[in-house]
Amino acid sequence: MFKIILKEELGQNVKSFFIEAADTARNAKAGQFVILRINDKGERIPLTIADTDAQKGLVRIIFQETGKTTYELGTLKEGGYIKDFVGPLGQPTEIENYGNVVAVAGGVGTAEVLPVIKSLRNAGNKVTAVVGARNKDLIILEKELREICDELLFATDDGSYGTKGFVTDILKNIIDKESVNIVYAIGPVPMMMAVANLTKEKNIKTLVSLNPIMVDGTGMCGACRVTVDGKTKFACVEGPEFDAHKVNWTELISRLSLFRDLEKVSLDNYKNNSECKCGRE
Amino acid sequence: MRQRMKMPERLPNERNKDFLQVNIGYTRKQMLEEAKRCLQCKKPFCVEGCPVEINIPKFIKELSDDNPAQAIKIIKQKNNLPAVCGRVCPQESQCEKYCILSRKGESVGIGNLERYSADWAAANAQKKTSPSDINKNGIKIAIIGSGPAGLTAAGDLANMGYEVTVFESLHDIGGVLRYGIPEFRLPLDVLEIEIGNLKSMGIEFILNTLVGRTKTVKELFEEDFKSIFIGTGAGLPVFLGIEGENLNHIYSANEFLVRVNLMRAFDFPNYDTPVYKGKNIVIIGGGNTAMDSARTALRLGASSVKLVYRRTENEMPARKEERLHAQEEGIEFITLTNPVKFIGDEKGFVKAVECIKMELGEPDESGRRRPKKVEGSNFGIEADMAILALGLNPNPVLPSLTEGLNTDSHGYLIIDDNYMTSIPGVFAGGDIVGGDTVIQAMGMGKQAAKRINEYLKNLHPTNN
Repeated sequence: MFKIILKEELGQNVKSFFIEAADTARNAKAGQFVILRINDKGERIPLTIADTDAQKGLVRIIFQETGKTTYELGTLKEGGYIKDFVGPLGQPTEIENYGNVVAVAGGVGTAEVLPVIKSLRNAGNKVTAVVGARNKDLIILEKELREICDELLFATDDGSYGTKGFVTDILKNIIDKESVNIVYAIGPVPMMMAVANLTKEKNIKTLVSLNPIMVDGTGMCGACRVTVDGKTKFACVEGPEFDAHKVNWTELISRLSLFRDLEKVSLDNYKNNSECKCGRE
Repeated sequence: MRQRMKMPERLPNERNKDFLQVNIGYTRKQMLEEAKRCLQCKKPFCVEGCPVEINIPKFIKELSDDNPAQAIKIIKQKNNLPAVCGRVCPQESQCEKYCILSRKGESVGIGNLERYSADWAAANAQKKTSPSDINKNGIKIAIIGSGPAGLTAAGDLANMGYEVTVFESLHDIGGVLRYGIPEFRLPLDVLEIEIGNLKSMGIEFILNTLVGRTKTVKELFEEDFKSIFIGTGAGLPVFLGIEGENLNHIYSANEFLVRVNLMRAFDFPNYDTPVYKGKNIVIIGGGNTAMDSARTALRLGASSVKLVYRRTENEMPARKEERLHAQEEGIEFITLTNPVKFIGDEKGFVKAVECIKMELGEPDESGRRRPKKVEGSNFGIEADMAILALGLNPNPVLPSLTEGLNTDSHGYLIIDDNYMTSIPGVFAGGDIVGGDTVIQAMGMGKQAAKRINEYLKNLHPTNN
C-alpha cells in the first residue's frame, strides 16, 4: 500500500498527490512515469512523474479526471492509500546542453513538462516554456513554471490569458525569430502533432512524450506499441519519448480510441453508482 | 497390460463457456488403479526425464498403498509447485516419455498422479512448513521475478535456511503462472495455495518493484543481499512485422491473456480493465499460448475462433492434450497457412486477415521442415479480432540497466556451467536464459539454488 501524503487541487478536475514510494523517488529521472492501481478491481494506469522528493521518499503525480480511474483516484483523501504503485518506468529524457530550448505543454502536460524543464535548466539550457489551455481557469502550476523557466508564454483558446490562439501560434513566432536547438512537447496528441508539423518544416529536432494505452508497462504485453520511423516500438520500455517527426500519428490516434466505448460504460457506471451511494458528482 | 486411467474431463460443450477446470482430476479409486500400474522399475528412467528429479516410483508406491500424505512429502522434497506441475507440465515429453510401459502401450499417468497428491494435500490441510522448522542461517538472498524459476529457487533456498526475498514488478505473485495460463488449466486458488506454502516458509514477497528501475542490482548488494537470482522471464512479445499489424483489436497473446487472467477483464465493468470480446477471431501461432488464447477467446463469447499455423498440426509445439481439447471445444485449425497482411476498416479496426497457403520444404536447422509460400494462393479470413501468439523475446529491461550483465546476440543472459551470470554472485534461470517451459524454468531455478548454496558456502566457509 502506498500512502497519499499530500493532496492538492490545482484546478478544475486537476489534482496533485504526493505519494510515499521511497525506491521510486530515489531512482526517478525526468521523463519517466509510474503505473498505479487504486484497488483490487482497478486497472493499471500510467501517469508521468511530476516531481520527486528523494529525501522524504515522495513522488508527485498530477492528473486530470477524465475516466473512471482518474475520477476515483480524485476521491481519495490525504492519508489514504493506493494499492499498487510501480516506477520509475520508461527511458528518462535525454538531457544535454542543447542551447536554446522551447518546451511546449498543453493541459495537464504542464505538470509533466516541469521535471524536464528543471533538468534542462540544470544542464545549462535556456528554456522558454509555451503553455496552452482552453481558458485562464485551466492553467495550472504557473508559479512553479515562473520559478524555473527563462521565459514563459501562455496561449488560451478564448484569449482569457496570454495570447488568444494555440501554442503553435506562439511557437511559430519564436522559431521565425530565433534559432531554436530543440523543441520538447507534451500534451494532447493533436497538439503534439501540430507542433511536430510546424518544427518539421524548419527541421528543428522535436521530442514528444507519448501516452498510448498501456497495461503492464514493463514491455510484456505490447499494448503500447507505436510506429516510429516505420518500426514498431513499445512506448513503455523504448519510450515514452520519441522523435516527433518520425511518429505515425494517425495510428496513435486510432489506437487511443481502442476502448472508447468501454471506457464510457465504465465511467457512466461509476458515476451512477456513486450518485446512488452518496449523492456526489 | 491394463490401460491407462484416463483423466476425467468435462464435456466440451459445457466447459467451453466458462473458466472452470477442464480436467477434473482422478478419484481415489482411479488414482489407486493408476498407481498400481507402475512397475516400480529398479532403474527408473522416468526420473531421468524429470527436470526436477522427483523420486517418481517412490511417490507412486506410496499412492498405490493409499498413502497420499507420504506421496506429497516425497514430491515436495524436489518440487515446491506440484499442483502446478501436475497440471501444466508436458509430461508426455518428459517423465512419461521414458516410462517403460510406454514402449508397449501407455505410460503411467505420472502427471495425473502428481496432481492427485497435491490436490489431496490442499484439501486435507497438511501442516505447512513454518520458518521455525528450518534452521535459518541469516544470509539474505534476492530473487528477481516470481514466476516458476524464481518461485522454485526461492523455495529451495528457503529450505536450505536462507532469508529469501522475492521482488516482482507486477502487483501479484506468480509471473506467467498467473497472467499467462488460463484458469481452466490452472485455477487461481491452486496457485494461491502453492504461493501460500512458500510464504509460510518465511519467504518475503515485495511487489511493484521493477529491478533495474525501482531498485538496481547494485542497490540490492548494498542492502546486504549476498546473492541474487534473476528469473525475469521472456517479456517482449514477437510481432510479425507485416502490414496492418497495429490495427485496433490486434493483440499479442500476452496482452490478451494479461487483460483476462491478471486483470480479470472477463468481469468488466465489475473490474475496471476492459477487453474486446470479438465475434470472429483469428489466432496466429501453434504453441500452448496460442491454444490458451484461442480457448479463452471462445469462452469470452466468440462465435468463431480460427487458429492459423504455418506448418502442419504434427509440428505444432503445443501439447497434444491442449490441441485436442481446443479442437473438441470448437477451435478450427487452419494449418499450412500464414498471414501476409491485416486489413482494416476506415476507422482503423481489423476486419480481415489476408493469408497465404504454405507447403513444407527441406528441414531447417531445427530439424523441422521449413514452410514455403505457395505463390498466388492468397485468401482472406474475416475477423474482428486477431491474437498473435508467436513467442517472446527476453525482456531487455534488467540487462540493459545493469552494468556488466552480459547477454548473447538474442538478448538472453549468458550463464556459466554454475548458472552464474557475468556478475559474481548473480545467477539466472528460466526464460531469461532461454528455458522454455514451466518445468524447464523450475529445473533451472532448482539447479541455480544448488549452485548459489555452493557459491555462498565457499564465500563463507564459517557458515558450513
